[in-house]
Amino acid sequence: MSDLLWAIPFLPLLGFVVLALAGRRLSRRAVAWIGAGSVGLAAVVALATAASFIASPPPSDAAVQALPSWFEVAGLSASFSLRLDPLATVMMLVVTGVGFLILLYSTEFMADDADFSRFFAYLDLFVGAMLVLVLASDLVLLLLGWEGVGLCSYLLIGFWYRDPANGRAARKAFVVTRIGDAALLVGMLLLFTHLGTLDIQELMTRAPAAWPVGSGTAVIAASLLLAGALGKSAQLPLQTWLPDAMAGPTPVSALIHAATMVTAGVYLIARTHTLFELAPPVLAAVGIIGALTLILAGFAAIAQRDIKRVLAYSTISQLGYMFVALGVGAWSAAIFHLMTHAFFKAALFLGAGAVILACQHEHDLYRLGGLRKRMPVTFWTFVASAAALAGVPLVTAGFYSKDLILADAWQHGAYWLWGAAWIGVVLTGIYTTRLVLLAFFGDVGIEPDRRPGARIAVPLIVLGVLSVIGGLVELPASLGGLHALSGFLAPSFAGPPPVAQAAAEPPVGTELVLEGLAALASLGGIALAWLWFSPSRHSQRTPRLPARVRELWASGFGFDRVYELAITRPFTALGIRNRNDVVDGLVRGVVALVRFGHREASATQTGRLRGYAAGVVVGAVVAVGLAAVVFVLVANKGAV
Amino acid sequence: MSSVPLEHVLVLAALLFALGVVALLVRRNAVFMLLAIEIMLNAAGLAFIAAGARWGQPAGQVMFVFILAMAAAEVAVGLALVIRLRRLFGTVDTDAAGEMKG
Amino acid sequence: MTFAFYLAAAVALVATTLVITRLNLIHALLYLIVSQLAIAVAFLCLGAPFAAALEVILYAGAILVLFVFVVMTLNLGSAVREESEWLTRQAWIGPAILGLVLLGEVVWLLTAGTGLAGTSTAAEPVGPVAVGRALFGEYVLATELAGMLLLAGLVGAFHLGRRTRPDTGEPPGEGSR
Repeated sequence: MSDLLWAIPFLPLLGFVVLALAGRRLSRRAVAWIGAGSVGLAAVVALATAASFIASPPPSDAAVQALPSWFEVAGLSASFSLRLDPLATVMMLVVTGVGFLILLYSTEFMADDADFSRFFAYLDLFVGAMLVLVLASDLVLLLLGWEGVGLCSYLLIGFWYRDPANGRAARKAFVVTRIGDAALLVGMLLLFTHLGTLDIQELMTRAPAAWPVGSGTAVIAASLLLAGALGKSAQLPLQTWLPDAMAGPTPVSALIHAATMVTAGVYLIARTHTLFELAPPVLAAVGIIGALTLILAGFAAIAQRDIKRVLAYSTISQLGYMFVALGVGAWSAAIFHLMTHAFFKAALFLGAGAVILACQHEHDLYRLGGLRKRMPVTFWTFVASAAALAGVPLVTAGFYSKDLILADAWQHGAYWLWGAAWIGVVLTGIYTTRLVLLAFFGDVGIEPDRRPGARIAVPLIVLGVLSVIGGLVELPASLGGLHALSGFLAPSFAGPPPVAQAAAEPPVGTELVLEGLAALASLGGIALAWLWFSPSRHSQRTPRLPARVRELWASGFGFDRVYELAITRPFTALGIRNRNDVVDGLVRGVVALVRFGHREASATQTGRLRGYAAGVVVGAVVAVGLAAVVFVLVANKGAV
Repeated sequence: MSSVPLEHVLVLAALLFALGVVALLVRRNAVFMLLAIEIMLNAAGLAFIAAGARWGQPAGQVMFVFILAMAAAEVAVGLALVIRLRRLFGTVDTDAAGEMKG
Repeated sequence: MTFAFYLAAAVALVATTLVITRLNLIHALLYLIVSQLAIAVAFLCLGAPFAAALEVILYAGAILVLFVFVVMTLNLGSAVREESEWLTRQAWIGPAILGLVLLGEVVWLLTAGTGLAGTSTAAEPVGPVAVGRALFGEYVLATELAGMLLLAGLVGAFHLGRRTRPDTGEPPGEGSR
């Protein structure tokens, strides 16, 4: 079955090519079938491949499909080979599965849009690039996918390009992630220079052999890769692009900025975990950055008015959780949360999209309301996935994945990280409940004028169900002790760990206490929000919060302003000042010289005959004078 | 025959030529400018004749004939231009015909 | 003969000076005719009778007469007031300086160290026969070219002097009023 690995990224890319070349000439139905169908087909192949992989795991737990070499330059050889191991299997299933559902949803969501085929072409390209990223066996191919998803993110954020604000948001996303991408590239070059290869498996074997734990080069390389991950996954300090990326269509926000692209950073760190284990300071930084980000984004989410911006900050926050997990070396926990987050966040975004579509593209939470009775399917799936986000105990997938992260943090002795994550759970509960209350409860704000059709409802339902039952693959010992996921992923994270993983699970007693605390946090957050934001208190929106504080939170703690003052303005000022630099001066000098010569020359053309006559006579005088001089010189010479 | 020193004749020619130059520069009237040119041509012809007399050869007079022919042609065309000038601008002031500037 | 030359030279110089300083165009033309005649005498003294004849017949008798005709046609002889406006004392300064410089240069060149000093023009007069032989012998090509030049001058003068509209419908841009 691994022979068909190539088909998984190929099918969406083929869809892209077809739609890019002929999309305008095809009917909407054809475009929808090609666009969603290609990803659907890829999902089917992925399922089949995964099934055969799980049923009969290949030797060394990895199936490699060797594809032709891409290039070989100065000792660096990159090839198109794909490698399927447990981690890649999980990622691949998430990408194709959730991707297909979102594409199906898009066929109805974007039905009225004039650029229907362009949308699906971009989405297909994105899914193809993401699959390349996930299945790549060497870093160069991974970088290809990485850049591809970055490009598609830009194209899709700025999809409605006729509004310049969307273009600005797309550029902002691209530029900020570029910073990370540049660091990633430098890191890759560093790895190649020192270790001689960019094949991931080779790297993971050579690195521990070449570098002792904590060596400078390892730290630098890991930091550079981390910077790349920070950019793509919108963590501090490169998180400013994600809220603005909500300018794109909602399916885009669901697919790219919730379920898949932003998880690429998490995937990268998980993939190159050996390298990070060789650099403990960097690993610690990963955790700290994750913790800070999740708290900061949590506060910001509470103060947002736009329904999608709440979800954007929520995504940043949840990615922070994954980073915390990575930071303590709990790789499987991070991937588990990545998976459940993909389910419930995509469901939330698609639900928000259904609301937006039904309410004439209204995004403002203060104008929406009371949609509970009007849009029941949307409401219930939204509640289910919101509950998962908040981590409602026992019945949601989010609870299990978050709890695992908290438990692992505690187990590794990172008590500060645990505390931050715990506060984060409270905040998550607050903003999630606020979101649900403002949009669906209370008096009807805007009457919805359309009911979602089947193609919107089915993905919502599927994802909603997954948000509930998706966590049942990994249960802590105190609740059943099922380790299907982490067991499956273990070979990907095996290998001589320089840093000892958490050996056994904590004693059941500690575990129950931790779970109780987690449950308390989530339920407590929900209760607080109910207290503050329930419809009966319509008059007090954010009670007891000074305007300054609210503005600070709403603007994401002012990062945009800081960046603008510290970086953008000086740079543009420098650029403007440099517009007339030396080289320009040289060119302009030539022009000025020529113009000057022209002016002077044309000044001699007075049109006055006497002037010309005078010129001739003066010329004759000079010529005769010269003749006289020459004659004198010659005569003198001759005389001697 | 006479024995006028050559340089005396040539100096006479130079004097006449200089007078023609001054006339050309100082006058605004187109006809006067043509007259000045005639004076200069005449002076040049005198110089040629003097040189021919010095060597006793007809070449000097031949050159003078050519100068004469050229002067005739030039005067014809020049006067036609003066007539044109007069028709266009109503005057023979050369300063009035200064439209081809720049 | 020598004396005749110097006398003729003096007459020519005075007449030319008068030509360039007259305000009345007709007066200037007449003075120029006088100057040409004096130059013809000088030619005779230099042993060039053919050239002298041509000077009188063609230069003074044809070319300058043509001048007179045109001036009479355009009635330019009465524009004395204009001339006096244009010919101020100040206007002479620049040209006089330039003319003096030119004169000085040329005279210096002609007299100082050119080897011309002392040579005299006393030679046999060169008659028309010899000139004719030279014209159609050595210099026949130049003679033909001079003929063509005259033809060109003829055609040019005819074309430029033509009345334009409305009789022949010349192409526009000829600028007639």
